[in-house]
Amino acid sequence: MALNQALVGKAYPAVRYEVGREKLREFAIAIGETDPIYHDEAAARTAGHPDLPAVPTFAVVLSLRAGQVVYGDPDLGLDYSRVVHGEQEFVYHRPIRAGDRLLAAGKVASAAAKGPHELLTLETEITTEAGEPVCTVRATLLSRGTAPPRRSGA
Amino acid sequence: MSPHVDLTRVHVGDTLPEVAETIERLDLIRYAGASGDFNPIHWNERVATSVGLPNVIAHGMFTMALAGRAVTEWTGDPGALVEYQVRFGRPVVVPDDEEGAELTVQGRVAALLDEGRARVDLTVTSGGEKVLAQAKAVVRLG
Repeated sequence: MALNQALVGKAYPAVRYEVGREKLREFAIAIGETDPIYHDEAAARTAGHPDLPAVPTFAVVLSLRAGQVVYGDPDLGLDYSRVVHGEQEFVYHRPIRAGDRLLAAGKVASAAAKGPHELLTLETEITTEAGEPVCTVRATLLSRGTAPPRRSGA
Repeated sequence: MSPHVDLTRVHVGDTLPEVAETIERLDLIRYAGASGDFNPIHWNERVATSVGLPNVIAHGMFTMALAGRAVTEWTGDPGALVEYQVRFGRPVVVPDDEEGAELTVQGRVAALLDEGRARVDLTVTSGGEKVLAQAKAVVRLG
C-alpha cells in the first residue's frame, strides 16, 4: 500500500517526556560513552552543565516516541515491517539535560516515491514545556516496494 | 580522560582521535533497551533472515551514536554540537559469535564555516566497507 500523500505537513499531538538521570546514564553506557560528565553530576557541573547532559543522539529516544504516534496513524498507510532507516539528522539548540520536562511533536515532513520505494521523512520538534527549543530531529525512512505501480510502456 | 581539543585553534585538515569498537549481540540488546527500539532485525536472526538480511544487523542509530562519540570526545562538550547527520549506506552485520563486528570511526575537520563553526566529516567503516555515507557534524568553536 502506498503512503497517503495528503498527510504531508500533518502535525500530530506532542508526546511528553521527563528526562531522568538514570535513563541518561543507561543510554550513555549503551553507546560506550565513559566521559564522567554523562555519569557524575559533580563532573557535569564542573564542566558548566546545570545537571547531567544527554549524549547527543539520546534525542532519538524522543523522536521514536513521537514517531510511534505518526506511524501508528492508520490513514498514513505505513507498513513498518517494510521500513529501513535511510537518513537521520539532528539540529541542536541546546543539550537535553536531566530534569528537563520535554515535548516531542512529530509531523510528516515529506513522502515521495523513489523508484519502486517510498521515502518518508518524520520531523520531530523537541521543546521544553515552556516552549524553549531543544532539538529538531529528522528521520527519513525507506519503505521498500510500496510505491504505486506505474503503467508500463507509458 | 584525554585532554580535549582547544576549539579556538582548529584548522581544516585536523584529524579527530579515532574511535574503534567491537559490536556484539549483547551491545545491540543493551542499545535496544536503552533506546526503546526493539525492532527484531536487531536481535532475532530468524526475523532478520526472513526479511532478506544476511543476519542480525546493528541499529543504524547505534552506529550513528558510536560515530558521534568521535566528535564529542574530541570537543568534550555536547553543547558544542550544532548539527549531526548521516545516511545509512550499508548495514553492519553482527554475527552471533565471540568476535562480533568491528567499527572504525575517523573524523577530519573539512571546513571552517561562518559564525565560528566548523564542519567535521566522519568516515565510518566496518570490515573495510563504508557503512555511513555523508556523515557530518557541525560544531561551534571556542
